[in-house]
Amino acid sequence: MMSIPDERGYFGDYGGRFVPETLMPALEELSESYRLAKKDKEFNHRFKYYLHQYVGRPSPLYFACGLTRHCGGAQIYLKREDLNHTGAHKINNTIGQLLLAGRMGKTRVIAETGAGQHGVATATAAALFGFQCSVYMGEEDVHRQALNVFRMRLLGAEVITVKSGSRTLKDAMNEAIRDWVTNVENTYYCIGSVAGPHPYPEMVRDFQAVIGIEAREQILEHTGRLPDYVIACVGGGSNAMGIFYPFLQDKEVKLIGVEAAGHGLESGRHCATLSRGKPGVLQGSYSYVLQDEHGQVLPVHSISAGLDYPGVGPEHSYLKDINRVVYTSAEDGEAVKAFQLLCRTDGIIPALESAHALAEAVKLAPQLPPESIIIVNLSGRGDKDVNTMAKMVGAKV
Amino acid sequence: MNRIDNCFANLKENGQKAFIPFVTAGDPDLGTTVELVRAMTGAGADIIELGVPYSEPLADGPVIQKAVQRSLERGTTLAKILEAVTIIRKTEQVPLVLMSYYNPILQYGLDNFVQHAVEAGVDGVIVPDLPVEECPPLFSRALEKGLYLIQLVAPTTTEARLKKIARFSRGFIYCVSVTGVTGVREETNNQIANLTSRVRQVTSLPVGIGFGVSAPAQAAQIARHCDAVIAGSVLVKIIENNSDNAVSMVAGLVADFKSALSG
Ligand SMILES: Cc1ncc(COP(=O)(O)O)c(C=O)c1O
Repeated sequence: MMSIPDERGYFGDYGGRFVPETLMPALEELSESYRLAKKDKEFNHRFKYYLHQYVGRPSPLYFACGLTRHCGGAQIYLKREDLNHTGAHKINNTIGQLLLAGRMGKTRVIAETGAGQHGVATATAAALFGFQCSVYMGEEDVHRQALNVFRMRLLGAEVITVKSGSRTLKDAMNEAIRDWVTNVENTYYCIGSVAGPHPYPEMVRDFQAVIGIEAREQILEHTGRLPDYVIACVGGGSNAMGIFYPFLQDKEVKLIGVEAAGHGLESGRHCATLSRGKPGVLQGSYSYVLQDEHGQVLPVHSISAGLDYPGVGPEHSYLKDINRVVYTSAEDGEAVKAFQLLCRTDGIIPALESAHALAEAVKLAPQLPPESIIIVNLSGRGDKDVNTMAKMVGAKV
Repeated sequence: MNRIDNCFANLKENGQKAFIPFVTAGDPDLGTTVELVRAMTGAGADIIELGVPYSEPLADGPVIQKAVQRSLERGTTLAKILEAVTIIRKTEQVPLVLMSYYNPILQYGLDNFVQHAVEAGVDGVIVPDLPVEECPPLFSRALEKGLYLIQLVAPTTTEARLKKIARFSRGFIYCVSVTGVTGVREETNNQIANLTSRVRQVTSLPVGIGFGVSAPAQAAQIARHCDAVIAGSVLVKIIENNSDNAVSMVAGLVADFKSALSG
């Protein structure tokens, strides 16, 4: 595997640590603890045990026969992260991080959440391992994802509504960082994506890489060869890094990251950071950012709360610049259509986030011959989005 | 000689401590900021910190977050703040320090920023999200032109880090009094004396204490451990609450702080 990031947390030009000094010793401690844990048999054994016995891994790689027939081209496989306990890939990461937090002797964990999936996954692992847990969530998302708010409370977590800024994911992260600065002695900050200061982008990628490791083995087993395309949606970028990483060395496998184009790239109401942003510092690392000429972060929009973020993990910025991954985008409407389509063709209700990746597959598959293979990372299930969908189609639930 | 060095040298000669007020530039507008600087200087401010508004103020508490929002709503930019500094410099010689998150500086361009800041008459810059490991690109450019990069240290800072930070700091060392964000706090914690004595072991630079300073009497207590006391939120709160006579009220409180430190 590649030796990135370097010891300062840089993937090429991107990454690093841009946080208040108060947090720097904690990040140094975290890096060292993670370095030791990664080499520790016992730690790896426990991580695997919980992924297997608790999360339900390996998740299936399902041949989507209905969707494949509908598109009339490439064979589409779905990596079923939606079948994980708590309904998304996020739990892979929270199990890993909270096992680490336990080794570090922390007693309290905090997290930011957008769609609520990472919040639920953190609350779940906190209940499992016995941590006190507080989750920061923007006010707009608290309304959009009300079901997940209640799930977190059932799991014993405190959900703190964030009313500053745009009241979405980035503001929840600002508030979580403020909490961490204040309570750094006993508190572990469980970041939900491959974003933030070093070592989070590397560590979260490593915990999520199980997705790609399994998918690679499974497709070889099913078809005897590697896929032509792997497609994943990109918010902060953790499900995408997780499935891409084990394929990076397979040069013949094309990797596509799909960002949320909201109302359209020209509308100014989107969160296609890699497509339309430029490099800058946001929330602890240097990466592409949606910002104005003065470095102020721009308001963003996506129908999907989990993609509604003006930044992106630094490793994606690096993979874009070296052209290893191609980043495209799907609009709200395209995601909604793909969401509805998969419900009908294969009886699977996908998360709106994952529906962005599906939208790209639906565009691409008909242009490819039937022997081509596409793997789509179905990062989560759509139960949490049923209210949003009902509103879209004017139905009452 | 940098105005900051001058300031501390003069104070030391007279056995005095510096009082450093902070306000967010452009709150509620840059015209008021210019007036505030003049009035605070008249009231005895030794150095003045001007906050550059940034949309993601993750080291700031609610009071400064709101000030930042008011400032951004009025269209404040780093370029306009430097214009305001140019105007201030026509009449005032008080040392001026910008406190800015890194991204506005980065997008302005490091070379341009250092050049234009020095031309406008800025003496120092504090960047709360630029730890010492990431500071060399700004530090070296600033050093070359005589602009001081003032580093922050926190109660959590280790000895190894303190040594490194001292090497990359100019003007003074800014001790964050608490593990936390900016904001007014009632109690002063007892970690302060410990932190400042650790800092003094690695540097002969003056030592300032900020974050959470809320009242003149408390400032006088804190001043026993340092060379400068910095107060922000308590002043910014006055601007938030008083649209008509904020300038004179802020100046009044600055005078109270200064006399408490001189007492
Ligand atoms: C199901 C699902 N997919 C994707 C994402 C986006 O995050 P990331 O880009 O880190 O995978 C989220 C975030 O909440 C999510 O819930």
